[in-house]
Amino acid sequence: MTFILVIEQILNGLQFGIMLFLMAAGLTLIFGVMGLINLAHGSLYMVGAFAAAAVAGLTGSFGLSLIAALAASALAGVIVETVVIRRLYNKDHLDQVLATFALILIFSEGTRWVFGSFPLFLEIPEYLSGPVSLPGGIQYPLYRLALIFAGLLVAAGLMLLIAKTRIGIQIRAGENDREMIAALGVDINKLYTLIFALGAALAGLAGALVGAIQSVQMGMGEPVLILAFVVIVIGGIGSIKGALIGSILVGLTDTLGSVFLPQLFGLFMDTAAATNIGSSLASMAIYILMGVVLIWRPTGLFGARG
Amino acid sequence: MNKQIQALTAVMLAATAFGFGTVQAETKVGMITTLSGGGAGLGIDVRDGFMLAIKQSGRDDVEVVIEDDQRKPDIAVQLADKMIQSEKVDVLTGIIWSNLAMAVIPSTTAQGKFYLSPNAGPSALAGKGCHPNYFNVAWQNDNLHEAAGAYANSAGYKNSFILAPNYPAGKDALTGYKRFFKGELAGELYTKLGQNDYAAEIAQIRASGADSVFFFLPAGMGIAFLKQYKDSGVDIPVVGPAFSFDQGILQAVGDAALGVVNTSQWNKDIDNATNKAFVESFQAEYDRLPSLYASQGFDTANLLLSAIDKADVKDADAFRAALKSADFASTRGEFKFGNNHHPVQTIYAREVVKEGDVYTNKLLSVALENHADAYAVECGM
Amino acid sequence: MIQETHFNVFILALLVAIPAWAIAVDEPFTVTLMTRAVIFAIAAVGLNIALGLGGLVSLGHAAFFGIGGYAMGILAFHQQTYAPIFEWPFVIEGTKSMPVIWLVAVVASSLAALVIGLLSLRTSGVYFIMITLAFGQMFFFYCIGWSAYGGEDGLSIYVRNGFPGLNTLDPIQFYAICFSILALVLWIVSALAKSSFGLALNAARQVPHRVETAGLNTKRIQLAAFVISGAITGLAGALFADLNRFVSPAMFSWQLSGEIIVFVVIGGVGRLFGPVVGALVFVALEHILGGLSEFWHIYLGLLLLLIVLFSHGGLIGMVCGRKAVHD
Repeated sequence: MTFILVIEQILNGLQFGIMLFLMAAGLTLIFGVMGLINLAHGSLYMVGAFAAAAVAGLTGSFGLSLIAALAASALAGVIVETVVIRRLYNKDHLDQVLATFALILIFSEGTRWVFGSFPLFLEIPEYLSGPVSLPGGIQYPLYRLALIFAGLLVAAGLMLLIAKTRIGIQIRAGENDREMIAALGVDINKLYTLIFALGAALAGLAGALVGAIQSVQMGMGEPVLILAFVVIVIGGIGSIKGALIGSILVGLTDTLGSVFLPQLFGLFMDTAAATNIGSSLASMAIYILMGVVLIWRPTGLFGARG
Repeated sequence: MNKQIQALTAVMLAATAFGFGTVQAETKVGMITTLSGGGAGLGIDVRDGFMLAIKQSGRDDVEVVIEDDQRKPDIAVQLADKMIQSEKVDVLTGIIWSNLAMAVIPSTTAQGKFYLSPNAGPSALAGKGCHPNYFNVAWQNDNLHEAAGAYANSAGYKNSFILAPNYPAGKDALTGYKRFFKGELAGELYTKLGQNDYAAEIAQIRASGADSVFFFLPAGMGIAFLKQYKDSGVDIPVVGPAFSFDQGILQAVGDAALGVVNTSQWNKDIDNATNKAFVESFQAEYDRLPSLYASQGFDTANLLLSAIDKADVKDADAFRAALKSADFASTRGEFKFGNNHHPVQTIYAREVVKEGDVYTNKLLSVALENHADAYAVECGM
Repeated sequence: MIQETHFNVFILALLVAIPAWAIAVDEPFTVTLMTRAVIFAIAAVGLNIALGLGGLVSLGHAAFFGIGGYAMGILAFHQQTYAPIFEWPFVIEGTKSMPVIWLVAVVASSLAALVIGLLSLRTSGVYFIMITLAFGQMFFFYCIGWSAYGGEDGLSIYVRNGFPGLNTLDPIQFYAICFSILALVLWIVSALAKSSFGLALNAARQVPHRVETAGLNTKRIQLAAFVISGAITGLAGALFADLNRFVSPAMFSWQLSGEIIVFVVIGGVGRLFGPVVGALVFVALEHILGGLSEFWHIYLGLLLLLIVLFSHGGLIGMVCGRKAVHD
């Protein structure tokens, strides 16, 4: 195991984490402000990827496909919020879990109905493809570097939005005291729809960006959704900063765990058994991390309220 | 005690089936396959290939009942119960996944029904667990991986990096490759089932100094791996089984798959009249190129039809002998069963090419000739 | 509005009448479907203790269902292959006896529920939902890679396990076993709800601080409820494994946890027969809609949405009106 390989794996973990952040940010905002637990967030990720693949297929432009992903998932978010989600704010978590579980069923099979049962094609644009040389002789895919950069940019933008703008003030007020902002004359319905659309657009963007290096297929959102939940629970629900740190922690744990655990076991048992046990343990690593964090801090690393 | 009861039930079921059979001389086939959810593409191909053969036969004495298992083992078991108890089918077929096959096939054959597998071939059913009423028309799970190992030898590879998901079929894949590959291993990895990001594995491949990579990553996992592998700039040649290069998913992989060598018992340019007619009529009927799954569905139906021509399905011994003789025109050319009712067949190496706008495969060479599986010797039949 | 107790008697009568009718007209598959519904009902009755009485939204009950299933799978597998489970320090053989399997399933899932509950109950609300989900996923991934017991392929048990004096392979006799267990479990739960423990649990959900001031430990009460809940769901898992003669990691999937919640909510949260009605309706829908369209999940989703948004207290709530148990 060389030093260069370790650095490269850390970059991989970072990139994975940053993409998780795009998902987790929306989830945590929606939970923080509206108190809503949204299992259908993964479906919006899928909508973004499918919209991007469809538009890329028609136009061949990566830029346009990203815009399409943002637009389609934001639109889907607005529709879902006004038709269904709005009726759930005053219900208990159980009803929210169930209603958004129902939305997953509708979105998944609906997508298959429209796009068919085979995966779609979406690729990296020419100008971002191939590896670049980093200092120290690391060969690293340019596209993954671009993902890290884009993700950090979005994270910075979000933090600015929340810290400096009028909407940000309303969001923070909403997180602290939901009745208060209504009393201040803010149009709650509009604010909620806007936040939901913002979260949806971020999920859709993640879907499109990741779709270019993975496979665009139905059901692609649920594994990511579960990881994003792990992230916000570790980071503390409602906290953007917690989501960012949680994402990176989860990304690094998952990537480094799958690389180093089998090698660690390889030190004192034969390769086949070590690979076997190591990879079994690696696939559970982030859930173990989450368990440990929650036992230590039951409301996550940056969670304010119990 | 239990065995007696089981035998009794089987006799009773057979008796009811026989009663029906005398009224209408008809063969009833139950197809349980995956038509919704993530893996639906494979089930749809098997179904379409199967039904094309039934349609072409022009027979009206074969009834096919089709049900969707949603890729869930418990649903598959329930559907098998329904097919046998309510629909009173004579033959079951259609299952795509090994885990579903393991859930359904043993109890189906124990109840005296026939099962023809158009896709899954778990090792447990090829060796000690083989059964006279179970016929596999596709391959034993290890076959294509073994062929990949043999191809790697002939291509002069000495040092392979191999990876597969951490589940039984993944372990069988790596075992199969190692069984035939004579070189060294630069690395051996089990990835998480359903994993979609392979950056960490690709980095290890790059650092390993391997001269070849063997991977078995079915469906979406393979698409993700190939796209990321190409983009990483690592240019160590890749070998794999046909599952990541079939007609259904190649279009989603795109350029990243071009030139990759993969192993398959079928390709659309295998030169025989049956295959030519199959490829043409499949395209005419469904407006897409057939995949290997479609060819397996087509062959399964034709095997069944050939047996119906020779014997009445109610006469289990005669029908079994008719199936065993495999007297039908296969899309693969010559086709015969080994002692464990799994195919003894030639497996080819093929290469991904682009024809016009469509990504597809062309035959390259023979990887293994008249290959039988490693478990046949353990089967007592 | 119909009185809830009358409605419950009606449901019980249906559970007896439908299989009897099915046998009369020689439709054994209907009996198999009913068995599936009854087993799901047992699992959901178990969840309803945590969910309805305790207010603990567990999105990880598939863990207990799966543990019960694997208890059956592992014991029967060792009996089937004549290989003892342990040879040291003492020999433990496999078994094909249902009562023994049930006992092991209940003990194993209670232990798991105790550990998971101890850790999860440190949190509440959404954190609780998520941490139970995470535990379920841990079991799921572990079993996929657990090659000794088939990994993702699972374990096939060729012959259904035995129960003294009965032929369990006969669909109606196996149904009778499952139905009796459901009846027993319902009786236990109704007794539990009326007991001082049930009242304390209910109070812990609604006014936790008052319970604390009364000198009771809410967490301990909730933990006990969670363990009982997990044990019942585990028993259902063992029965489900016997119904299919097969176990696999799919029994641990988070979708299954979601479905068990669906059974409870369709029928009516916190109502004694809610889970039973929910499981019956779900299995019927699965069978009928599944036969109509490949895309039946869309209709199922729409139906669920309508129930969540417009019915209060699930189907039983619609038929019998609101009642103080839930709200």
